[in-house]
Amino acid sequence: MENMITLTIDDRQVTVPKGTTILKAARSIGIEIPTLCHYELKGQGVENRPGSCRVCVVEVEGKSNLAASCATNVSEGMVVRTNSLRVIMARRTVVDLMLSDHPADCLICPQSGNCELQKLANDLGLRDITYSGEQSKNKVEISPAIIRDENKCIMCRRCETVCNSLQTVGALTAVNRGFGAVVSTSFRMNLEDTSCVMCGQCVQACPVGALSEVNNTRQVMSAIANPRKKVIVQTAPAVRVALGEEFGMEPGSRVTGKMVTALKKMGFDYVFDTDFAADLTIMEEGTEMLDRIARFMKGDKSVKLPIMTSCCPGWVNFFETNYPDMLDIPSTAKSPMQMFGAIAKNYWAEKMGIKREDLVVVSIMPCVAKKYECQRDEFKVDGNPDVDYSLTTRELADMVKLLGVKFEDLPDSDFDKPLGESTGAAVIFGATGGVIEAATRTAYEIFTKKELGKVEFTELRGLEGVREATVDFDGTPIHIGIAHGLGNARKLLDKVRAGEAQFHAIEIMACPGGCVGGAGQPYHHGDFSKVEKRLQAIYEEDREKPIRKSHENPYIQQLYKEFLGEPCGEKAHHLLHTHYFDKSEKKFGI
Amino acid sequence: MSHIEINAEKLNIIKDICAQYDNRPSDVIHILHGVQGALGYLPMEVQEAIAKQLGIPVSRVYGIVTFYSFFTMEPKGEHPISICLGTACHVRGADQILEEFKRVLGIGVGQTTPDGKFSIDCLRCVGACGLAPVAMIGEKVYGRLTPNMVTGIIEEYN
Repeated sequence: MENMITLTIDDRQVTVPKGTTILKAARSIGIEIPTLCHYELKGQGVENRPGSCRVCVVEVEGKSNLAASCATNVSEGMVVRTNSLRVIMARRTVVDLMLSDHPADCLICPQSGNCELQKLANDLGLRDITYSGEQSKNKVEISPAIIRDENKCIMCRRCETVCNSLQTVGALTAVNRGFGAVVSTSFRMNLEDTSCVMCGQCVQACPVGALSEVNNTRQVMSAIANPRKKVIVQTAPAVRVALGEEFGMEPGSRVTGKMVTALKKMGFDYVFDTDFAADLTIMEEGTEMLDRIARFMKGDKSVKLPIMTSCCPGWVNFFETNYPDMLDIPSTAKSPMQMFGAIAKNYWAEKMGIKREDLVVVSIMPCVAKKYECQRDEFKVDGNPDVDYSLTTRELADMVKLLGVKFEDLPDSDFDKPLGESTGAAVIFGATGGVIEAATRTAYEIFTKKELGKVEFTELRGLEGVREATVDFDGTPIHIGIAHGLGNARKLLDKVRAGEAQFHAIEIMACPGGCVGGAGQPYHHGDFSKVEKRLQAIYEEDREKPIRKSHENPYIQQLYKEFLGEPCGEKAHHLLHTHYFDKSEKKFGI
Repeated sequence: MSHIEINAEKLNIIKDICAQYDNRPSDVIHILHGVQGALGYLPMEVQEAIAKQLGIPVSRVYGIVTFYSFFTMEPKGEHPISICLGTACHVRGADQILEEFKRVLGIGVGQTTPDGKFSIDCLRCVGACGLAPVAMIGEKVYGRLTPNMVTGIIEEYN
């Protein structure tokens, strides 16, 4: 027991391992000490604890100064008070001082209601601001996906930690000192000119309104209100397992049917599913994967392996910026969102007799980078984008709240056909390992010409940052690599680049946990167990689907028969595949 | 923003200094010291070259450069002017001396005149409190200053 420490916190004894902080010891017995700068993604190896906000101060018997509980380790016999009057008054002063240099536009701040500073000020009963003086005047920037308002930055540096440690993107940094200190970019540039990949994990981490997504709800509502426009919507798999949290439901609640009902009530003309396009992605990406593997095995020197998934726009930006020498490795398949847009505006619109310019395609995504993706020039026809607006799960929740209905009491509805029909393989796209599992289900059957006994490939699942597995394709071993979080992706990619790792296929998702942990999802405020529950819900959703392999989706089969021809054929190639650009030269400091 | 070219001579100086520290990211502060000593200042393209050499994001270099007041992204003038704002100088009217230098040269603190001749910086105590208020131009110390002396001092360098 020499590595265990016993101490007393608020009159309760607790025994924890040596090296534990007071904050974690308190949390282990359910004592909540408020924090602002502390941010941890449990199991993902990321912890921000600069000890700078001083909100978590506690009184330690025998010590004259208050201690920051996030940065003070426990010691034997320590007696801690987390809620003495002295502690509370100190916390009030700390927050009071923060507010003295913080814009007071809470009523219209994008973070209002989710703001941790607002909540703290409320919890501490602050009703006036004692200190007044100069206010910071820093940069406000609107990039294609992210809004940065440096005036709201409280220097907790959570964004800096996720940008650098979790994602290894290195776009954000603390600059200047003293009153001028703020988290910004290199040379105060716009995000687009830096190494930023728009993954948005900084937005997910920001406790205040300094970082938020570009809000497109007003444009979507205007489109719905316009009688000349047909407005259709597609919803990504990870949205349906997280949206309920915005209405007080348990993390991991599956609200697919309620979500569809809400979207119909909002006035969307058709409610479709990105999952349909995920099945389509498997047809294209799976075919491309098999073709590349087959040619590679035959000794075709022009073929490179591994093939890498290309569904995730943050990941696409990341390799275009950091691995310009490897642009020929990722699959050329567009993401499901963009495939949906291409099919909706080229096939479905024609079938329905709707002119391209009268059709508005909206996507609901767990993602911030999707806002950037849908604006890429290569996804536009004569300036008209295949996907007009991409909303986050949070923005959808805001729109549902406008309806004035009780979301949790809404009845279930089904997606519209034909672009709303999908399989279990499509829904697992929302989880790390899911895209490659879905591809494996289809590729196995095409490759071996045998039916799969068990469709679940549990060896591809889990939350390890980098995973490797070998799947037996009836005697042919297929080596698969999986990474989630861009720092993990970098580890895997560096191995591939150095020739130290041999894989047939690699799946990468930019956000921890995959899309379920996406930057556009309800704020988890550092509670990663919420993301884990969403992940479980994704697999439950898969298990309940009558069809669980993409190539068995009857509407996908019909689409190929009626319109596309063969997977990876000429028409499919034109509509469903893309190409990548070397972005390293356009950006500063790569 | 695309890459700004940096000439080969400067790049070699940067590479040499980084090499003295085996391109260790943990020595970035020493490296910045060395490079500023050699080149006079640390503009964007120099910071980018250092970051590339050390294999770290340029944001990290920029964060350090803006944190320490010693580092500068502006080229210093041929005759750098330092106004002491230490306690003794302060109580004897250093702020008026500073204002007069700013007025005569038409630049602010941390800036350089367009002809590159003068730059103004502030510092805390040069250890000549008996002469307060004090300013330094290059290595030369001027003491017991009054605002009406400033124009004459500048003319010595023109």
